[in-house]
Amino acid sequence: MTTGLHDTIAAIWRIESPKLIATLARMTRDVGAAEDLAQDAFVSAVTQWPGEGIPRNPGAWLMTAAKRRAIDRLRRDKALGVKTEQLHRAQTGSEPDFASRYEEIDDDMLRLMFVACHPVLSPEARVALTLKLLGGLTTAEIARAYLTSETTMAQRIVRAKRTLAEARVPFEVPTGSERLQRLASILEAIYLIFNEGYAATAGDDVLRPELVEDALRLGRMLARLIPYESEVQGLVALMEIQASRMPARLARDGAPILLLEQDRGKWNHLAIRRGLAALKAAERLGALGPYGLQAAIGACHARAATSDRTDWPRIVALYDALAQLAPSPVVELNRAVAVGMAYGPQAGLKVTDALLDEPSMRAYHLLPSVRGDLLYRLGRFPEARCEFERAAELARNVRDRVLLRERAAACGV
Amino acid sequence: MRFAVLVKSNADIESGRMPTREELELMGEFNEQLAKDGVLLAADGLRPTSKGTRLRFDHGRTTVTDGPFAETKELVAGFWIVQGKSHQEVVERFMHAPFQHPAVIEIRQVFESEDFGDTVTPEMRERRERLLGDQR
Repeated sequence: MTTGLHDTIAAIWRIESPKLIATLARMTRDVGAAEDLAQDAFVSAVTQWPGEGIPRNPGAWLMTAAKRRAIDRLRRDKALGVKTEQLHRAQTGSEPDFASRYEEIDDDMLRLMFVACHPVLSPEARVALTLKLLGGLTTAEIARAYLTSETTMAQRIVRAKRTLAEARVPFEVPTGSERLQRLASILEAIYLIFNEGYAATAGDDVLRPELVEDALRLGRMLARLIPYESEVQGLVALMEIQASRMPARLARDGAPILLLEQDRGKWNHLAIRRGLAALKAAERLGALGPYGLQAAIGACHARAATSDRTDWPRIVALYDALAQLAPSPVVELNRAVAVGMAYGPQAGLKVTDALLDEPSMRAYHLLPSVRGDLLYRLGRFPEARCEFERAAELARNVRDRVLLRERAAACGV
Repeated sequence: MRFAVLVKSNADIESGRMPTREELELMGEFNEQLAKDGVLLAADGLRPTSKGTRLRFDHGRTTVTDGPFAETKELVAGFWIVQGKSHQEVVERFMHAPFQHPAVIEIRQVFESEDFGDTVTPEMRERRERLLGDQR
């Protein structure tokens, strides 16, 4: 097999495997079996296509081959006495041999997304399974993206499938009160993938743009499958807007550049446009949820041509709403920064006072860092210096420590 | 990775013929599938060059020429920007794009700033950084 054909088949796998697996998972009620059957179909493609040529509709060819195998397997199970109602379903469901109708595939994809992100799985497992089954990534690709060995990742995926089987997770799209909670589980998994790629993990400054792209793609897919949920659009908006800043985030030596100091000419404006469109869709669908609100905050920055044209009062209002919906010390701290910008450092300082006794903030370097900045702007230099030095002690990242010590020194005194 | 998919023009498009309802529907479905797969970043058609303008830059002098322009096959009639993990993936996605009339499309990867790594001279890198930004 020539290199050209190998690349072609790998590309076709990436495009078609999620749809195959989704359909087969519905037929067999078994994610592991679905993946095996999809892979079998590919093995036959790899065997037959070099001789016969690539079919005009590779997706349809694979779907036919995979379904045939699925029915064979179900028959074999039946012959062996294994009780399956799936066989009956598979045989009487009069699906055409060629590609299923779009709506069917959409339902199957949605079902697969809910199953892959089932709360019975750890967040880690949900992420791995989602990337494998819905992202069309190979185990090796996922392992590389997560800076771990292929063996480790393969085991994680095997365990995840076993957990789903043992928990007898039903293959259906949840309804009623369960639905929103299960949807939140999917959104969380996608945003975890995004952050893994976008934010430097502790001790490791490697940005992985491919994970950012994977997360964006999964988010966009979900937004098409569930077009009427505000938070899905909200998450897509948030990711597009955050990702738009990637070309501006790092200096040549790898040091991070703060949002307010970034060169906005480097921001990806097509991504901003998509993000703002998704945000508008989210707003039309109802009150913004936490992801939507964070996206709206990002949009305020995205809309300002220069940092001094930022609509800080609007950002404060959005943080107020976020603090109501999803309160946390980090949200409160960000709110303090916004208040400081909109209404002056004294007002911002007041907001941080409430956080001084917060246990989760005790080891968090950003609290003294923010206080230091506000005190500096008030001309209270000895206190500012104290805060910056404390922040430097708490900072875990060498670069942050250096920056904070510089700010402490700049207080004079 | 991002890829630009450029639609080359032809005499038909340049004459200003608007697409038929069937063509629009089929292309609409095709774009919808790209959107459902989460890879569609942008897609637009361009008006014919009879409504376009060319600026030619030559040693500090700029010449302005109004269309239409002659070399029809070299003109661009429209574009997609799509996300893909490989060049081959984008080729596969567009292999069966529903063009009803003879058409040519060209697939080209978009440069990301990381691409300007060691193959670029220090001077070029600095200039690129000044103009477009570079990291790592």
